[in-house]
Amino acid sequence: MIDSVKNPLPSRVEIVVMGGGTAGCSAALHLAQAGRKVVLFEQRLCGGMASGQNYGGVRQQGRLEVELPLSFRSRELWDKMEKIVGNDCGFRRTGHLKLARTPEQIASLEEWAVMARRHGLTVTMVTGNELRTQHPYLSEEACGASFCPTDGSANPRVTAPQWARAAEKAGADVREYCPVRALEREGGGFRVTLADGRSTCCDVLVNTAGAWGAGLAAQLGESYPEGTLHPNMNVSEPMAPVISANFGVCGGDIYFRQTGRGNIIFGGGRGVGDRDRLWSRPLAEVNLRQARAMLRLVPGLAGINLIRSWSGIDGMMPDESPVFGASPTVPGLFHAFGFSGHGFQLGPGAGAVLCDLVIRGETPTDISGLLPKRFL
Amino acid sequence: MTAPRVLIVGAGPAGVRAAEAVVRGGLRPVVVDEGDACGGQIYRQPPAAKARPAETLYGADAAAARALHADFAALLPAIDYYPRTLVWNLVTGAGQSGPGQTGFVHVHDRAAGAVGRLDFTHVVLATGATDRVLPVPGWTLPGVFTLGGAQVALKGQGCLIGRRVAFLGTGPLLYLVALQYAKAGADVVVVADTSGTWRQARAFPGLRAAPGYALRGMSFVAQLMLKGVPILRGVVPARIEGTDGVERVTLRHRGGEKSFACDAVGLGFGLRSETQLADLAGVPRRYDAAQANWVPRAGCDGRTPRSGVYVAGDGAGILGAQAAELRGARAGLAVLADAGGRADPAEAGRLEAEIGRWVRFRRAIDAMYPVPVQMLRGLAAETVVCRCEHITLGDLRRVAANTGAEDANRLKSFSRAGMGRCQGRFCADNVQELAAFLHGAAPAAMGTQRAQMPIKPIPIGDLLRQAPRTEPVLDEPVLDEPVLAGEAE
Repeated sequence: MIDSVKNPLPSRVEIVVMGGGTAGCSAALHLAQAGRKVVLFEQRLCGGMASGQNYGGVRQQGRLEVELPLSFRSRELWDKMEKIVGNDCGFRRTGHLKLARTPEQIASLEEWAVMARRHGLTVTMVTGNELRTQHPYLSEEACGASFCPTDGSANPRVTAPQWARAAEKAGADVREYCPVRALEREGGGFRVTLADGRSTCCDVLVNTAGAWGAGLAAQLGESYPEGTLHPNMNVSEPMAPVISANFGVCGGDIYFRQTGRGNIIFGGGRGVGDRDRLWSRPLAEVNLRQARAMLRLVPGLAGINLIRSWSGIDGMMPDESPVFGASPTVPGLFHAFGFSGHGFQLGPGAGAVLCDLVIRGETPTDISGLLPKRFL
Repeated sequence: MTAPRVLIVGAGPAGVRAAEAVVRGGLRPVVVDEGDACGGQIYRQPPAAKARPAETLYGADAAAARALHADFAALLPAIDYYPRTLVWNLVTGAGQSGPGQTGFVHVHDRAAGAVGRLDFTHVVLATGATDRVLPVPGWTLPGVFTLGGAQVALKGQGCLIGRRVAFLGTGPLLYLVALQYAKAGADVVVVADTSGTWRQARAFPGLRAAPGYALRGMSFVAQLMLKGVPILRGVVPARIEGTDGVERVTLRHRGGEKSFACDAVGLGFGLRSETQLADLAGVPRRYDAAQANWVPRAGCDGRTPRSGVYVAGDGAGILGAQAAELRGARAGLAVLADAGGRADPAEAGRLEAEIGRWVRFRRAIDAMYPVPVQMLRGLAAETVVCRCEHITLGDLRRVAANTGAEDANRLKSFSRAGMGRCQGRFCADNVQELAAFLHGAAPAAMGTQRAQMPIKPIPIGDLLRQAPRTEPVLDEPVLDEPVLAGEAE
């Protein structure tokens, strides 16, 4: 996939996908399976940015209502991952428990559960005592929770690359280390020029460029207020299996899970970074806050060694929802970027919906609350 | 300009001499060191209860060790010394540190089980080296130690890794540790060097850069021979075997196989620089083909392309302990010159000339005892490459075949090699070599695994306690309300 020999580009292709995160790779796979000629350009390695640097939460619970239909569409694909890409990407259906630390938070969880039920998602409320019976390592700090049994987690380091391999096998031309430098409208379509000067023309342009999505859209005259988000992630040494569910909290200051290998992965809060330099770093100050929040909930983890922290670069929109759908001003341009720190679960479904939009011009998935026009 | 705050990481030969130079120039440095006492790995001091004469502990290096320990003891009133303290993070650069400082480190005080922050305007990274380990079938059996580990057991705890010990690998340390074990009463069953006699002889004239040390090396070999220790050169390690621990080591030598019964193996193929802090400081790296690993880019004076960041000693590329003292002193002078202290330019020139001599000596040593990376290619599939995650060569081959291995980081992601407790400190070089081999490219083109904090494991609970004599990591009470942030995944 690494385009180290700088293979010549075709002078014309049907579709160019910009960005090899899970959404872009899934779009490339779905489009290739539908018989379309696709080239995917990734500036570094597929899954090397937000898709690979995140916590690995496969979570519907707690999402904004506007994202739920896309999240459900994606959730169906997570179950079929083995069949679609030949690898389960580490997906485990562990259930997701969102913990409340105050009665007000319990009320907010109940409110969310009612909304989710309207959309057909079942989450159940759990009392503090039930929590500690099922998860005896939890402290008194958690006074209740809501539980979504169909949620889980997966391995972000392998997910997007597996989708990229599958896309390649299906006939997509996946090119890594090919940053896009310039976009122009040409004829009825686009000219895409890479940083090394090679260029190609296409009819359809799919923008799944994550934190760099707005920068690419700007070259075609659309301005989106995309900031960046740098997660602050940590992993401990492996230990015997104890923590069976994926845990989050109201407020989002801590989330944690235990991998199949036994490592505790925990996050919450932000690191620092610079998307222009492709540079990001976790902050030790944030590690302290995370450790404090996690040990208050699970005091027994105090003696476990932290072995690595990391960060990444994701696009952040002011309303924390992605820019998703056909461009309102440029025919043939489709966006799916700015997933604002919670795109990992959405990635596979995002690619499927993009394929719907490119091929049929419509999708059965309700993305009305995510459309790009809300920013223009 | 605010008063310079010089921070020295490491109290081995380089760190001690850097501190000495800085003190002489009229500044008061902070010295942070993981050890219980100064000396680093080579001049490690045993705990008081196990004290032994320097001659017993350090042999021919006794005078150098004694001088280093004494000089550091004399410095104590003039420095702020943090023993048993790990620097686990380093932050430097625009926008990341406050006014008047170049950066700061985060430390873990092992005795207090606590963390803290120390600010600096200038930092000297004298982080030393660890063994360069290549996997041999059976190398994860109980009873296999690195050469450095075998030496730590002897110097630090006064114990042997076994009664009947085989030494396997290459480099000057192989012969030195074998001799130390023979003198300490171990039955050294074999010293097996992967470098051949002819290769060693051909590079030998280069050792004239430091004739005294060349003679010393020859005397180690002669003493081993006098003690009747078999020395084999040009071996290929075949396997280490045993059920619950080491029982025998088998070598290929001159077209045949030879087995040696033993209960322990000392294994090592030279040294590799500890570069994680330089990496976190943003110091660019260069691939040293002769030593087959990555080292920070720096001048002979220890200055790196990052202003305020200096590297010295074996952490800046392996040149040995004698050169480390000179490099530490030279880096100390560079700090003084940059911090507005008093530095003697003539002294700097003399040190650089001396260091140059050790560079020439090391070139000959590297040529005599090359890291036998080609060994990796012939390993049996079941050989463990990453011991933390128990990833075998067969696992790596499978991953490379199924998903591609065009990049060392991708091979890591798919295989987990380098994702364990040591975070690739011991296997990343080998994974990179294997990725290059499996992909048919140069190792330096395969990308490198990036260092991240904490550079060594620290207990999560210790993050919530503040170490004595440090600034808080987090400028807020430890028991405040949770900080709200968008829930990411």
